[in-house]
Amino acid sequence: MTGLTATSRDAGPQDLAAEEPAAPRWRAPGYWPFVIPALVVVVAVIVFPWAFTLWMSLHEWKVGAAPAFVGLSNYARLPADPRFLDAVWQTLLYTALSVILPLILGTLAACVFHARFPLRGLLRGIFILPMMATPVAIALVWTMMFHPQLGVLNYLLSLVGIPAQLWVFHPATVIPSLVLVETWQWTPLIMLIVLGGLAAIPTEPYESALIDGATVWQVFRHITLPLIAPFLFVAAMIRMIDAVKSFDIIFAITQGGPGTASETINIYLYSVAFAYYDAGYGSAIAVVFFLLIVALAAALLVVRRRTQGATA
Amino acid sequence: MTRRLLNQLGLLFAGLVVVSPVILFFVWMLSLSVKYEIDNASYPPILIPERFAWKNYLDVIESNRFPTYFLNSLIVTGTATLLALVVGVPAGYGIARMKAAKAAVVILVARITPGLSYLIPLFLLFQWIGLLGTLWPQIVIHLVVTVPIVIWIMIGYFETTPMELEEAATIDGATRWQVFRHVALPIAKPGIAVSMILAVIFSWNNFVFGIVLAGRETRTLPVAVYNMISFDQLSWGPLAAAALIVTLPVLVLTVFAQRQIVAGLTAGAVKGG
Repeated sequence: MTGLTATSRDAGPQDLAAEEPAAPRWRAPGYWPFVIPALVVVVAVIVFPWAFTLWMSLHEWKVGAAPAFVGLSNYARLPADPRFLDAVWQTLLYTALSVILPLILGTLAACVFHARFPLRGLLRGIFILPMMATPVAIALVWTMMFHPQLGVLNYLLSLVGIPAQLWVFHPATVIPSLVLVETWQWTPLIMLIVLGGLAAIPTEPYESALIDGATVWQVFRHITLPLIAPFLFVAAMIRMIDAVKSFDIIFAITQGGPGTASETINIYLYSVAFAYYDAGYGSAIAVVFFLLIVALAAALLVVRRRTQGATA
Repeated sequence: MTRRLLNQLGLLFAGLVVVSPVILFFVWMLSLSVKYEIDNASYPPILIPERFAWKNYLDVIESNRFPTYFLNSLIVTGTATLLALVVGVPAGYGIARMKAAKAAVVILVARITPGLSYLIPLFLLFQWIGLLGTLWPQIVIHLVVTVPIVIWIMIGYFETTPMELEEAATIDGATRWQVFRHVALPIAKPGIAVSMILAVIFSWNNFVFGIVLAGRETRTLPVAVYNMISFDQLSWGPLAAAALIVTLPVLVLTVFAQRQIVAGLTAGAVKGG
């Protein structure tokens, strides 16, 4: 948007005098010295690794040996690598659950915190602690709570008559258990974003809906939800990007186990690059991983377009 | 009147229900950290023990390497945040004033890129230069976390600060640098605080860069705590105490800087989409 206003100012000198006399003085290139130090840093630690990763992905390169150009054969290995394919499915499952659950719970929490009540500020402050807390420290305590014999979670289940679970120690329950931690940690961020959306909603539609005798659910479904939809979309996008890349929680609690049942692409990438020291293949996985995230983001954008068309 | 009171109490109750998983978790974390092994291994679990094992904390703090790891964390987070502010605040200003919105795309792509894809090339580079074994590789790679945060938040902040003062200073003959230093920078202090707090938290919490780049002497606290698991599989008390010590600075910062964190995260988040 700012780009547009900048170009329209270049439109012609005759317009400038009439509209904004001060505008030309605030244009480039006088600000380059401010940007150059950061540009150097960004090129060195961000752009260089991107380029180097692409280059490495075209080479057979075990750390310690000399790299040899092999074209696209690292990429060709991927569809035939069952561990990679499993990791893709596990990543998609983990991500889907880690987006949907926090989105629902975060919206509910935002509806509560949107109201005024005593101690609201204090409770909101406590609620955002999990997302700021050190993930490894959190993961450690969750590991203790997941313990099948001594863990407090199985004790809590026993209080309501549910049999003990193996949580992260069984292939079938490991991903839902990890998603539980992820949800606990990141629901607050969704809550904050949706809370921002709720604060921006005008009150008039609510008043007229209440006069017309609408139920709470009808008001939420037909007034609140369409109005906060853009915020939900942003929240889903951010959550997706973070969940798909999730590393600390999974690595600290299960290291991808039991077996490889919770091995996501990121965890597998770690093993390939830093346990097997296969820099070439690891780089190819990193590139494909990045493209997958871009594809998921694009898919979310498409969903957004569709639903926008449906509600408007 | 009573109806309003009931309404308020109902909302308070709903708020408590929403927050209860967070409160219960941290209470349990605290409980684990002050219990002897016998109490931590008992079933049904004990919330408040008869004897408090404060020695769990002493054990962690007095263990020979803890001060080193604490210092490492302090140096890595402090240097990476300081460098990010030094290059990032002027950059945010320059990008905002040049209206170079496209420059921010780089930051967005950096946000999407998995951390490990920075780690492989930089690890090889550091190995080649021979810096592994010092704190420098970690400081440099933490810039991947801190610099985008600072630039992103400062662009947003400088875009909203009024231009009239800067224009007046320029007309009075101030150079661009003087305008930045004496007019823009003082107004931007709250924005700088927000970006600094977020950079400190995300750098302090970072784990993945450390497990690859840190040696025995150069571990940061999250890596050190993770390494405790493999050695003391069953001593939950000291482990929970260590976990609490590692995350306590961040929790305290979150409590005291709640407003800045919420502002920074929602601004960054909303723009990030």
